[in-house]
Amino acid sequence: MSTVTNDIHHDEHHDHHDHKPSGIKRWLYTTNHKDIGTLYLWFAFIMFLIGGAMAMVIRAELFQPGLQIVDPNFFNQMTTVHGLIMVFGAVMPAFTGLANWMVPLMIGAPDMALPRMNNWSFWILPFAFLILLMSLFMEGGGPAFGWTFYAPLSTTYSNDTTALFVFSVHIMGASSIMGAINVIVTILNMRAPGMTFMKMPLFVWTWLITAFLLIAVMPVLAGAVTMVLTDKFFGTSFFDAAGGGDPVMFQHIFWFFGHPEVYIMILPAFGIVSQIVPTFSRKKLFGYSSMVYATASIALLSFIVWAHHMFTTGMPVGAELFFMFATMLISVPTGVKVFNWVATMWRGAISFEIPMMFSLAFIVLFTIGGLSGLMLAITPVDFQYHDTYFVVAHFHYVLVTGAVFSIMAATYYWLPKWTGKMFDITLAKWHFWCSLISVNLLFFPMHFVGLAGMPRRIPDYALQFADFNKWISLGGFAFGLSQLIFLALLIKACRKKGEPVSAQVWDGAEGLEWEVPSPAPYHTFETPPVVK
Amino acid sequence: MSEQQYEKYYVPDQSPWPFVGAVALFLMALGAGNFVIEMKKGTDGNGALMLLAGFVVLLVMLVGWFKNQIDESMSGMHSAQLGRSYRQGMSWFIFSEVMFFFAFFGALFYARVIAVPWLGGASNNAMTNEVLWPTFEAIWPLVETPGGTTTEAMPWTGLPLYNTIILLVSSVTAHIAHVALEKGERGKLKLFLGITILLGCTFLYLQVVEYIHAYQDMGLKLDSGIYGNTFFMLTGFHGLHVTLGTLMLIIMFGRVLKGHFSPDNQFAFQATSWYWHFVDVVWVCLFVFVYIL
Repeated sequence: MSTVTNDIHHDEHHDHHDHKPSGIKRWLYTTNHKDIGTLYLWFAFIMFLIGGAMAMVIRAELFQPGLQIVDPNFFNQMTTVHGLIMVFGAVMPAFTGLANWMVPLMIGAPDMALPRMNNWSFWILPFAFLILLMSLFMEGGGPAFGWTFYAPLSTTYSNDTTALFVFSVHIMGASSIMGAINVIVTILNMRAPGMTFMKMPLFVWTWLITAFLLIAVMPVLAGAVTMVLTDKFFGTSFFDAAGGGDPVMFQHIFWFFGHPEVYIMILPAFGIVSQIVPTFSRKKLFGYSSMVYATASIALLSFIVWAHHMFTTGMPVGAELFFMFATMLISVPTGVKVFNWVATMWRGAISFEIPMMFSLAFIVLFTIGGLSGLMLAITPVDFQYHDTYFVVAHFHYVLVTGAVFSIMAATYYWLPKWTGKMFDITLAKWHFWCSLISVNLLFFPMHFVGLAGMPRRIPDYALQFADFNKWISLGGFAFGLSQLIFLALLIKACRKKGEPVSAQVWDGAEGLEWEVPSPAPYHTFETPPVVK
Repeated sequence: MSEQQYEKYYVPDQSPWPFVGAVALFLMALGAGNFVIEMKKGTDGNGALMLLAGFVVLLVMLVGWFKNQIDESMSGMHSAQLGRSYRQGMSWFIFSEVMFFFAFFGALFYARVIAVPWLGGASNNAMTNEVLWPTFEAIWPLVETPGGTTTEAMPWTGLPLYNTIILLVSSVTAHIAHVALEKGERGKLKLFLGITILLGCTFLYLQVVEYIHAYQDMGLKLDSGIYGNTFFMLTGFHGLHVTLGTLMLIIMFGRVLKGHFSPDNQFAFQATSWYWHFVDVVWVCLFVFVYIL
């Protein structure tokens, strides 16, 4: 019926195929998935630097025992806002940015399914974080109750700016839900003919499942912050035993969101590594379908393990056992994944380009984080580990050397596709080795001080932890500085310096994204390719 | 079907509305936050004004964005594939709404099954009861909290029952209107869509009457302990959703009067109808778990 109008449109677009709108409006009003992806990625990187600066404050205070640089209330604000920024402002938007750029290219779609809503999802984020950061400069300071905002810390004992925290989380959630709806609909509805589910690249698969998790749990987070708001300002007692509520109920609701949330931050990382390892091993991914099923199993299990964050709250023993065993079950599909990555490399023609180096670091270091997670899952011993630096070591191994390293791997892997030029490999090597060494100096000793009993979120510590903390802080500063190398590299790349690259970029790379020219034209796959 | 796959997917040009929408949410979040803080402190400030400004900008954005959307739809730029994107998007949005209510139902179930009985000494919590509030008795509805706040329980008969019947009937009339649209019976469509809107308004009116009765005659308030909390938060958020649904129905009515929608081109109508059925299902759960049980 409407083929005629379509043809006209098609020709129009073809004439100025690579025509980009110019000026600031290009970025404010854009509907282009590549522009929005770029916006997300730069936003995430800026938030990563801001959140990182807060971590530097924390490490400076902890460099020596005693209180010397900041007051304890400000220290608490730093730990809280560092966590909130890194989770909601850095890791999640970075993955969304990668999804925006790559999912349409990988499935042969002309754009995301709902391009205008896509732009709305992005532009909410800078405003949401502006509100959060503003609250730091207001009377009483910003949120100081930890990124998990446990009641009654966030209700009875918090300051009034909690209201701003609540509403900024509300709009962040709206952004995430809209972003996730967009990804899920794009994947379900926009695949090129012949791109069946079991032919989809794993990055696409992992994002499909991540998007489902996001839509399922972000509304629960919205409910949790709403209850905190009404408890604090409108006299409800959801988390107050005097009114028949229960502070532990907060933790149940929060972690029902929170545990799927940690998989939201790692499943796309699994997808990235599953793209990169086959490319540089010059082999097909070992066990493709088992990877898909493992991802789905991890996602489903994530809904029934939340209370392993709450072993010390006095739950009935039956519940503790259930959550312990359910949690340990997750190591099975996770083990499948690690096995498959290693098996992919087995007898492969491996070359050690930068994305592969980050992926290998990911596999080893994420596994360390996974194993300490397994230790934490064991209820009786968790009573000792709970709220110590061991927990901090665990989740920084999975989130920094896991999620963040995978984002860096992905950036190096696809950057030449985005800019058309090879990035500065010397700088990249410096970035990799400095990051790798400093990140381990930063987080590995935390296991020991944690096992020895150093509590987290406290600005002071006992004298016997002084030596370890000095080294941890030095590692922290070095890791922070190493990221400036990355910043320099990215600025150079965005100025289009470097050798031009071919469409395929890496000689083992396979997939639709490597069939479009480098740099990828402004509009791609306006007519869908046919996938054999 | 396979030919439709090749029909060109409509990718809209640049649009100012999403950015305007982000500004609106910024003003609303900042305004609401400041408003709440000022309310608690009892100070004057511009929170309320900012919140109102946010609403106005949001309204402008919605009108502008939907105008674009309707113009595109009426000029036939929407392919079948785009229609599927919209329908899937709406379904996932409704799923997210379900999960939002799930959080509050979760709080209700936790309070009833765990928190309140434990405060009364159930399971291995005899000492909790003995040490904290030895005279506290665990009953549901919790008409006397451990802290001593008393209230009355809302019965399920009377207004809540009428409201249940009203919403269930409105779901049927919405469906009849939808079937009439698909068969091209415009008169029947207008009639039943109109009835649905009236039923929605009646529901909201009775809900307001019930709230006034609860506050003035029963002493059942938002801050009357966990029973009042869950009662007002669940029915309140449901009421907001019915309000939104009714507004959507009214807009659909306006578009029907202008001659919009055909059996092939009716996404907005279908989405509104789905949304209406969704608020109906939530109400049935509310009626069972908040009022009856």
